[in-house]
Amino acid sequence: MGIFRKGRLSAIIQKIFGKKHAKIGIYGPPNVGKTTLANRILRDWTGDIMGSVSEIPHETRRAKWKKDVRVENDASSLLMDIVDTPGISTKVDFKEFMNTWGLTKEEAKIRAKEATEGVIESIKSLENVDGVLLVMDSTQDPFTQVNVTILGNLEARNLPVLIAANKIDMEDSSPATLKSAFPQHPVVPISALTGYNSDTLYSTMIKHFGKRRKKKWR
Amino acid sequence: MTKKDLDIAFNLISRQKINGLTSEEKLNFIIKEVKNGKILVLEQGLTPVEQAGLIERTMKEIENDTFIGVEMEGYGEDAPSFIQKIFGMAKRPRMTLIGPANLLKMIKKDSDMIQTKIISGSGAR
Repeated sequence: MGIFRKGRLSAIIQKIFGKKHAKIGIYGPPNVGKTTLANRILRDWTGDIMGSVSEIPHETRRAKWKKDVRVENDASSLLMDIVDTPGISTKVDFKEFMNTWGLTKEEAKIRAKEATEGVIESIKSLENVDGVLLVMDSTQDPFTQVNVTILGNLEARNLPVLIAANKIDMEDSSPATLKSAFPQHPVVPISALTGYNSDTLYSTMIKHFGKRRKKKWR
Repeated sequence: MTKKDLDIAFNLISRQKINGLTSEEKLNFIIKEVKNGKILVLEQGLTPVEQAGLIERTMKEIENDTFIGVEMEGYGEDAPSFIQKIFGMAKRPRMTLIGPANLLKMIKKDSDMIQTKIISGSGAR
């Protein structure tokens, strides 16, 4: 019978119990692969891309939105507005852009100024999302202050968070370290660059961000 | 290296001092001290919302040649015990270390220990 087909039934269940349209923010420190992941999601589901990527930190200095991105798996789907946010950090040193990345003094100062504004925009935008895809570099120590601060704020607001343990294509990656560091949250190992395990990420996003939750009010 | 270069000020801030301040006063106090080259160890750290507020304030205060931001390392909040929950006690932030980013560098952090080093030549003003 039509109404009991797997996809239809699932859509009805989702309509009654879950979220149909969610605002999902992609957050994390600089250079963990946020925009690479945003590009991967958009390329897979819309054929578009979000923005340019670079090895130089703070390449994304303004939040970028892409509306009405539908992610699907066999049984269900989730319609999302996705925001790719500037990397959050506690310091911005223009000399690093000059000495490490070869920018001119003028370019470095402009980039530093825009980067500080981007960090502020990222933090403020936490107020306006329904869920967060927190991107971490699985080759790095996960206990950074930025990760701790973002997770603490999401927990305080009771917002769902899914940790994308990125860069598992790198030899020294250790997604298991991330899983043991944050056992209270789902962690999906991925390579945003190669697309490895992206199907698991999409299924987990649909399941995790599609749930109905009550927001805490501060 | 001059005598001045060797002077590093560490201030240990008690829980009572922090508890006596509003969130805004805490951030003002921390930013003022850190911009003056002081390293602060807060016995009771900041809540996650205050930490985000401190990052925001820091970004507004960054000046290319004099202040590049903060190094901040702390832990999440301690969950209250069953008994504490009964008496309505909230989560409590754990110890936090905050200093100027040009002076303090985090080396390693795990669930029980924060290892840092002082970058020589940038003493307290």
